[in-house]
Amino acid sequence: MEKTTVFNSRLLPYLLLLPQLVVTVVFFYWPASQAVWQSFLREDAFGLVSEFVGFENYQTLFAQPEYYKSMLTTVIFSSLVAALSLSIALLFATQADKNLKAAGGYKTLMIWPYAVAPAVAGVLWFFMFQPSLGMLSRPLRGLGIDWNPLLNGNHALILVVMASVWKQISYNFLFFLAGLQSIPRSVIEASAIDGAGPMRRFWTIVFPLLSPTTFFLLVVNVVYVFFDTFGIIDAVTGGGPAGATTTMVYKVYADGRLGGDLGGSAAQSVILMVIVIALTAIQFRYVERKVQY
Amino acid sequence: MVEHRPLSDFIAYAILTLGVFIVAFPVYLALVASTHDAATVVGGNMPATPGSHAVENYYRAVFVGGSRTSREPVANMLINSFVSAIGIAVGKIFISILSAYAVVYFRFPFRKTAFWIIFITLMLPVEVRIYPTYKVVADLRMLDTYAGLILPLIASATGTLLFRQFFMTVPDELLEASRIDGAGPFRFFWDTLLPLSVTTIAALFVIQFIYGWNQYLWPLLITTKDSMQTIVIGIKKMLVTQDELAEWQLAMATAVLAMLPPVAVVIFMQRLFVRGLVQTEK
Repeated sequence: MEKTTVFNSRLLPYLLLLPQLVVTVVFFYWPASQAVWQSFLREDAFGLVSEFVGFENYQTLFAQPEYYKSMLTTVIFSSLVAALSLSIALLFATQADKNLKAAGGYKTLMIWPYAVAPAVAGVLWFFMFQPSLGMLSRPLRGLGIDWNPLLNGNHALILVVMASVWKQISYNFLFFLAGLQSIPRSVIEASAIDGAGPMRRFWTIVFPLLSPTTFFLLVVNVVYVFFDTFGIIDAVTGGGPAGATTTMVYKVYADGRLGGDLGGSAAQSVILMVIVIALTAIQFRYVERKVQY
Repeated sequence: MVEHRPLSDFIAYAILTLGVFIVAFPVYLALVASTHDAATVVGGNMPATPGSHAVENYYRAVFVGGSRTSREPVANMLINSFVSAIGIAVGKIFISILSAYAVVYFRFPFRKTAFWIIFITLMLPVEVRIYPTYKVVADLRMLDTYAGLILPLIASATGTLLFRQFFMTVPDELLEASRIDGAGPFRFFWDTLLPLSVTTIAALFVIQFIYGWNQYLWPLLITTKDSMQTIVIGIKKMLVTQDELAEWQLAMATAVLAMLPPVAVVIFMQRLFVRGLVQTEK
């Protein structure tokens, strides 16, 4: 859709665009292209001498067992967080949709974790499950579980997943509730008259109609798990123990900062960029198709 | 749903109440922990009700800082967080309302190109180009400055898209009418478009304020001086000892203070925030 009446001015539009273009070029395109360029260089530890090495950084990366491990961790971590936060949020949203009278109040009570910083969410959950002083660690030990996220990789991963899910439920809840409330009541009533029970109605009518929302949320959640959970991981486990919670984004940070391996870190950045661009492209194609209907 | 059976309503209320409990419990514990003395919290037998050391803990956290390590007091971190969150929100609104105005209300060569140059930034969050961005900011001598904290985080297209979408829904007749009145581009923007955009601006402000306040990785990298630290980073640094001697009661007081401003913004501006969120993302 284009405007039919517009202003005629030669210089003004460029001046209006200037601030954003300057910020974008300096802080987006320049570093993004540097990342790509750097991924083909090998630098010495002081960053003084650099040498063009082609795909060597990528080859080194793919020869590292740790890189595959971080990929696997990312896949496990993101599927767990996405699956849990989506299904829990959907459960809450369907219940809130039932009681339209109280829905507004519950909405307010549910959405505020969206505003809590991921790192703060991580600290809160770490406090509850810290092995020696955590309020919930003692009951676990009472059940015979030797709970210690500081030493046990699986425990660390579980803790990080719980904090990430807690943080994400509110966002998914909001979108699911909006999606549910936009489904015409008449469709549901018609099928109720046809004798379909609540479960059957949910799976054959509501859930399919909700699928665009679900798909959108799936993509957003995966991107959330990739990037926003950095604060949670760093605050709770610092990527450990023994790399058990090192996701791909965390490894970019850890290799560049602690290892001083800028070329390898840049190569990882480039791989991540490709993954995110692919995800975004899928989302846009899907959304566009949906709009045409 | 169609039926209004008491049982179904009861289950719904039960599940939702459980949900609210899960959502609130970690924060409640933090609140409780921030009101006890160090020994009670570290002892592993903290009661589930508030203690009597609230004033002392909050006073120490805000004005003194942790004693064992020479940490910054939280008051200073709060100021840094406010400046950068407001800077990010205002900066982003400023650059994106202008560029959206240019793209929607003017025809000029390279209009499509300019739009795509801005649009592509949607795909890559700052985290994936973190070291190169750090290097750019260091080369520009912006480490440990508010400009360094703010500018790289406003380089994305979300705001531009939101304003563009909104401007598209503004009826063309408004522009025609103000042109008949002899208004130029500045007058039309200032007298007509800006007043109409107030709710969109407010929604974007809420979302960007929260986004800016909650930043972690970026401030962690580019602030080296303790005096430039934001509160979200500060909490983590209070716990960095990882041993039981960490001053948990102060860390929890800090966590509560770090949550208050963004949570208050979401609760008070709920309607605007939800509207803005649904519009930017979809």
